[in-house]
Amino acid sequence: MSNTVLRALAAILIVAATALWLATGANRGWTKTSVPVKRTDEVTGITVDDYQKRFVPGIDFLGAALLGSGILAGASFLFRKPQTPN
Amino acid sequence: MTNYPEKRSLTNAGAKMRRRKSFISYSVTFLQNALRNSAFCILPSEFPISLLALACLSTAALAAPQNFDFKDPKGVNNAVFKLDAPLEAINGNATGISGTVTFDPADPAAAKGKIVVASSSLHVGNPMQQQHLLGEKWMDAAKYPEIVFEAKELKNVKTTGDTTTADVTGAFTLKGISKDITVPVKFTFLKDKLGQRVPNQKGDLLVIRANFNIKRSDFGIMPGQMEEKVSDTIELTLSIAGASPK
Repeated sequence: MSNTVLRALAAILIVAATALWLATGANRGWTKTSVPVKRTDEVTGITVDDYQKRFVPGIDFLGAALLGSGILAGASFLFRKPQTPN
Repeated sequence: MTNYPEKRSLTNAGAKMRRRKSFISYSVTFLQNALRNSAFCILPSEFPISLLALACLSTAALAAPQNFDFKDPKGVNNAVFKLDAPLEAINGNATGISGTVTFDPADPAAAKGKIVVASSSLHVGNPMQQQHLLGEKWMDAAKYPEIVFEAKELKNVKTTGDTTTADVTGAFTLKGISKDITVPVKFTFLKDKLGQRVPNQKGDLLVIRANFNIKRSDFGIMPGQMEEKVSDTIELTLSIAGASPK
């Protein structure tokens, strides 16, 4: 695997992770796998948060993507082409 | 004979006195009979007691204490918990609520009962936090499956229309430790509203709302540890409705 491919993968990973994080509301808390949806009972006036399964990436998700991207970019330096003498 | 006129006048005076006495005596007897006839013989003698008993019975029927069951078929009964630590805020709720409250709309101060929250129903959005929350170090839901509040006494009871506010003192049990706490509670009695929630069922509803704070350290939940991330103070908001079918 060439160093160019690894660097490209690293860039794609961080860009995709950031795009997903922004698209799902830029949650600055921890990643959630369920989110509250409010429901109100008309007779009693009581409002309850019903938790529905939904993936909402948080800052830990961004951190993991940044770490993965860094590892890929770092690994790319292991695959340097040997320099040919002029 | 010379005394005869004097004797005669004395006899006349005695007769007058006797007549007066008998007149007074007759008058008193007449008045007594008249009173007896008019006041007591027109209505049965048991009337005042009957009326009192009827009034007591009707009052008792109107003001009978009702048992409200807080196992909600609609699943809206909930307790929200908030922990706001310097580094992290944790919000979640619990919906596994049950219990019974005895409430008399005519005498709200006599309310008593017990509300139970199933520890396993505590929920937060983050799966890791959820695992930690129910785990042995924190709530230990497997060993302590219930969080209980049992009301003992109501003070500062104020009623306006269908709404009653009171300071309820009771035993709050969390993770096996019981402590007496006082909680400001709002009761709303909704007469004949059960049918609007549960079709074909008649009865009343009782809505209870309360907002109060507890300290996790008071209940032996990791006291003094990780307070920068998990606040010692827990804000609890209870919104529940109980049903009393007829």
